[in-house]
Amino acid sequence: MDALVAQYSQPSHSAQDTTLDDSLALSSKIAPPLSLNFELPPIDSHSAWLRAMTDDHSNPQCPIKIAHGTTTLAFRFKGGIIVATDSRATAGNWIASQTVKKVIEINSCLLGTMAGGAADCQYWLAYLGMMCRLHELRHKRRISVAAASKILANLVYSYKGMGLSMGTMCAGVTPTEGPALYYVDNDGTRLAGNMFCVGSGQTFAYGVLDAEYKYEMEEDEALELGKRSILAATHRDAFSGGFINLYHVKEEGWVKHGFMDTNPIFWKTKLEKGEFSNVTSKLE
Amino acid sequence: MASLFQQSMPSTGPGYSFASAPTHHSSSGPRQHAFYPYTDNGGSTLGISGATFTILAGDTRSTSGYNINSRYAPKLFRIGGDGPENEGARIVLSVVGFAADGNALKERLDTMVKMYRYQHGKEISVHACAQRLSHILYGKRFFPYYVTAILGGLDDEGKGALYSYDPVGSYEREQCRAAGAASSLIMPFLDNQVNLKNQYDPASGEGLEKVMRVPEPLPQETVEQLVRDAFTSAVERHIEVGDGLQMMIITKEGVQETFTPLKKD
Repeated sequence: MDALVAQYSQPSHSAQDTTLDDSLALSSKIAPPLSLNFELPPIDSHSAWLRAMTDDHSNPQCPIKIAHGTTTLAFRFKGGIIVATDSRATAGNWIASQTVKKVIEINSCLLGTMAGGAADCQYWLAYLGMMCRLHELRHKRRISVAAASKILANLVYSYKGMGLSMGTMCAGVTPTEGPALYYVDNDGTRLAGNMFCVGSGQTFAYGVLDAEYKYEMEEDEALELGKRSILAATHRDAFSGGFINLYHVKEEGWVKHGFMDTNPIFWKTKLEKGEFSNVTSKLE
Repeated sequence: MASLFQQSMPSTGPGYSFASAPTHHSSSGPRQHAFYPYTDNGGSTLGISGATFTILAGDTRSTSGYNINSRYAPKLFRIGGDGPENEGARIVLSVVGFAADGNALKERLDTMVKMYRYQHGKEISVHACAQRLSHILYGKRFFPYYVTAILGGLDDEGKGALYSYDPVGSYEREQCRAAGAASSLIMPFLDNQVNLKNQYDPASGEGLEKVMRVPEPLPQETVEQLVRDAFTSAVERHIEVGDGLQMMIITKEGVQETFTPLKKD
């Protein structure tokens, strides 16, 4: 009762007299908590149970097949950042989709990539987009890539051991940092770097990228290299394929350079450039 | 990092789903857990979107292991609308997998779509409803709904909209999608007939000259016939599919429901 009286007996103008502490307390109420409330199974060992139900790798007979994403890459060069991905999602050996958008547009200057659990990446990168927008509204300037990637890293760290599966890259250009690239994964690892490939096809993409990469590349060379690296991965990794999704992040924001079918690109690369000579084009 | 690698050895059989409980393995096999809250009720669903309509379809058989428990257990649900029959609904949800989870999911989405109308005084768009469904599924990320959902409706421009989901809520807008027990039989057929995959213009040349056929939205009668063909064929080759075919056709006039008998053996 006393609390009710206290709450309603104060003059209304006193509520507007906020101190810094009050506004901090207010913002912590408005801001969504980092760890949301998810329903848990009514048993002690959540993660062991979840693994038994959904982890196709440790148990190919698992009943719930979660869609997984696969080869993604991003690298920094003098003209900005190139982001490229394949588009295949697999659930066990079944190709669940060949048209997945693995580059997630967080806002006009920030891109995220998706490898690992498709739902985990889609949900948490959308959530990151929301947090970035809130940051913009509160501070009247765009969030840095370092801060954005750290929100994500802290978030996945708070769910460590629960069974999230994501390997993501945050790429963006901001006035303070210039072009910045961060790798964040479900262990809580967060690394800044010039070049990352993530997913089951990462080794094949690294092979091409390491051989041809130069920081001083021109834009068209860089786009071609991103495309060629994903092509190599789709060729040797069964869990990668479909379409090549290609983005270029510049100072003004990101530009999309197409969602291209791999098959015609493969034959064009082979027949016009003489690469992939291990593959025969004759019926003999 | 290890979880990113999905390089398990390919299993021999096709990925059909009727092993409803973990099979017993010798010492080296996966651990069996006493808590197994799921049953696979089999069946299949399918959705195709066109220029001005979306069709969702599902068989009506309900199985548990090798037993057929019902010959009419619908997998298609109207979402929103009025009264117990959801009259005037413009969104349809199809769920296949564990029927109890599917039903719980339907109830939650239906409640949320109705609450949206009461709070905002307008109908929810399919786009918003699709995102909401994704979030409902992800809300049980650590105790998933054992379902594959497909959501159909018309978008803001009146074009057919179809969204497909995995059990924990990753989603994508597509032209067509088959889900459930016979998805591995139906989906390749749809790739060929709807998206015209691996089909080239016969008049074009050889090698790099070959021109791919461009998929265009199909007319409604063609799509209805494709759906019937997909299901009659699936019934021939999958034990969990049969009995009846329920179809819901969403156009600007509303949702029209049809039922066609399928083989009952």
